[in-house]
Amino acid sequence: MSATTEQPPPRIDRLDGDALERPVPAAGDAPAAAPPKAPRRAARSMYQKHAKVYPKAVHGTFRRIKWAALAVLLAIYYVLPWVRWDRGPNAPDQAVLLDLANRRFYLFFVELWPQQIYYLTGALILAALGLFLATSLAGRVWCGYACPQTVWTDLYVWVERLVEGDRGERIRLDQGPWTARKAGRKVLKNLIWLLIAVATGGAWIFYFTDAPTLLGEMLRFEVSSTALGFIGLFTATTYLLAGFAREQVCTYMCPWPRFQSAMIDEDSLIVTYQDWRGEGRSLLRKSQSWEERKAEGLGDCIDCFNCVQVCPAGIDIRDGLQMQCIGCGLCIDACDEIMTKVGRPTGLITFDTQTNQVAVATGGQPVPFRLLRPRTILYTLMMLVIAGGIGVGLLLKPGLDISVLRDRAPLFVALSDGSVRNAYTFKISNMTRDPRAYTLAVSGVAGASLSVAGDGQDEQAGTQRLTADPDMVATYRIFVTAPRTGLQGASQPLTFRLTSADGEVATYDSVFMGPAN
Amino acid sequence: MAQKEKDALSGVETTGHEWDGLRELNNPLPKWWLYIFYVCIAWSLVYYVLYPAWPLGKSYTKGLLGYSQREELVQKVADGKKAQEKYLTAIAATSVEDIQKNKDLLAFAMAGGRSYFNENCAACHGAGGQGAKGFPTLADDVWLWGGTTADIYKTIQHGIRADDGDTRGTVGIGMTAFGKDGILNRDQIGQVAEYVLSLNKRSTDAAAAEKGKTVYDENCAACHGENAQGSLAVGMDVGAPPLVTANWLYGGDKATLVQTITNGRAGVMPAWSKRLDDATIKSLAVYVHNLGGGK
Ligand code: SF4
Ligand code: SF4
Repeated sequence: MSATTEQPPPRIDRLDGDALERPVPAAGDAPAAAPPKAPRRAARSMYQKHAKVYPKAVHGTFRRIKWAALAVLLAIYYVLPWVRWDRGPNAPDQAVLLDLANRRFYLFFVELWPQQIYYLTGALILAALGLFLATSLAGRVWCGYACPQTVWTDLYVWVERLVEGDRGERIRLDQGPWTARKAGRKVLKNLIWLLIAVATGGAWIFYFTDAPTLLGEMLRFEVSSTALGFIGLFTATTYLLAGFAREQVCTYMCPWPRFQSAMIDEDSLIVTYQDWRGEGRSLLRKSQSWEERKAEGLGDCIDCFNCVQVCPAGIDIRDGLQMQCIGCGLCIDACDEIMTKVGRPTGLITFDTQTNQVAVATGGQPVPFRLLRPRTILYTLMMLVIAGGIGVGLLLKPGLDISVLRDRAPLFVALSDGSVRNAYTFKISNMTRDPRAYTLAVSGVAGASLSVAGDGQDEQAGTQRLTADPDMVATYRIFVTAPRTGLQGASQPLTFRLTSADGEVATYDSVFMGPAN
Repeated sequence: MAQKEKDALSGVETTGHEWDGLRELNNPLPKWWLYIFYVCIAWSLVYYVLYPAWPLGKSYTKGLLGYSQREELVQKVADGKKAQEKYLTAIAATSVEDIQKNKDLLAFAMAGGRSYFNENCAACHGAGGQGAKGFPTLADDVWLWGGTTADIYKTIQHGIRADDGDTRGTVGIGMTAFGKDGILNRDQIGQVAEYVLSLNKRSTDAAAAEKGKTVYDENCAACHGENAQGSLAVGMDVGAPPLVTANWLYGGDKATLVQTITNGRAGVMPAWSKRLDDATIKSLAVYVHNLGGGK
């Protein structure tokens, strides 16, 4: 912080006595009434210096919710792989397992095969809609409370605070000369950070293989290089993103803040500063009563910078709603504390809708929060439809799936007796844990008969018997032969119908090709 | 151009570039971005040292690790071969008929057969064995030299009229050129062609077809069989096709028939045992058999 002397006076952090320059808001943020500072005259550096954010500790309702969210989310993250789920013999008993090697996803009672990956699409759409809904209701609650970037950053900042002290101490430590104590603190902090990062990366891979087995291997130092690679990767990303990149991830890397404004409207709950009540801001003088302040045209904001110092995004909420704000509400807690201390009503910074703010500011009646609005109803309906679709799909999830691929070369074969034959590659996915037998039948083409390549059986009119091993895909080459007299045109629909011995049915619509005449 | 210009609103220097009145601000890069850029530069330098990178005329810098893509490929092919070995030895040790009875071997032979087929056979017989004029369709049920797996295996091994001791047919000798060799005259050829058409109920000249039957019985029945059911049906290994099917190797219209009878035909296929190993040929035989034409 060699540039201290150059700092213009208004943005001085009064409580800590240091001078932290806030980053100039990006274009498009709060209305830039005051002309921004001129760039430094000296030779321009090639890069924008990052103003490090030193979030101050804060106590209050939102901070408590944030601690709770952090605890719950981390608990879920670490416990989930250890939850067992009985799927019978020869099947993994891990409740959540993404078995990439065997290409099966297990999520409690759900077992997904690669060809059912569309459920993932559904889940992703559902998640996106959920994010839209939450945002239209309560702004960036996801960002402030549930996003992994926030959760781990919060954890890291907490560690930092434990080791290096709160904001003022940390700033002094960073500005001060290198001493043994400083080095010790830094080393200790980074060690704990790394430990957390390793624990994060280590837990991540439990989702991909049987957790107890993997832990055993870890304890015996027998982990595969792939597992080690992934632990390393997630360790590195956790350490860098939560330890150093922090709010920059939200501001520069994450696309969400860029279009959050499309999800928020005047009826969404957002973190707002009541400028009609707070301005003009000015320090509170001991001698001054609130009435005198008012008479002087001053508002409730005593310009203590508490809200700015606690902000993990490093912004000043009093400039208005900004892209960088993650809606964590910590500034509310900070300001409420100050307001209580100076004996003014809390809520100078508040979690409220713009509609209500306008109403209250202009002396009107408070407007109650509207939960039901066209967009929230629409998002909810869309979510219900998709969740319903996924739910029904999962409940009716068959143990049988077939796929049929018609030969394209040759399109059809004319046989010596004049009949026409088509060949199909026929795949049976047996998604049960038992070997199964099936009967295959075709319909749609008059006089069609079926045969299977390689099984030595002769052509049979009507049906064929097929088998599939448990949890496997069986592939057959199927021939359908029909007399030319039974054909209508060059292409006609043909339906395969596979019935398992216990009565489960799967059908597949294909076509039967023949000569044009 | 070279003059430094400041944007009035933001106070930031511009790059001096202008597009339709829009000027680009020369804002600095974020630190992390720049550092990643530097890391990439460092990475590339390390890469230059460790890996092959720079061309040097006819050669190139080899790099300290001695990495070579070609060697990696060779290694991969060798690894693949090793992984296949179990199946390949099993296929070599199994008779071609028995391969089909073993599910695993069948699957392996089919998969391998497909790629061998596309590599070696598809040029003439078409992808999927659809055939072409003069090149039999392998997916139908007409076989000139036998359609069992063993027959197909033998045909692939030794070819047809090929330069191989065990080949099918005789090199250079196929169907007699009845017109060119002066055995039949133009009229007779026309008549016998009509007769062949009549076998398929496509004749338009009943009188000629009637006369053609005599010609056929005298000249053609010896190979194609009395009822034109083909040499195979009468137990002769000469590859004379049946003439009563819907399938024609060279074409079943009158002009083509006349041409065939006049000039004769002698299709040739190379003997593949000279180029492919036994397991490959077995896989091919199984694959072709399962194209649908197998008997
Ligand atoms: S401005 Fe307030 S709500 Fe927004 S990120 Fe900062 S502390 Fe959180
Ligand atoms: S914490 Fe409240 S009083 Fe202090 S500067 Fe922020 S808004 Fe003003």
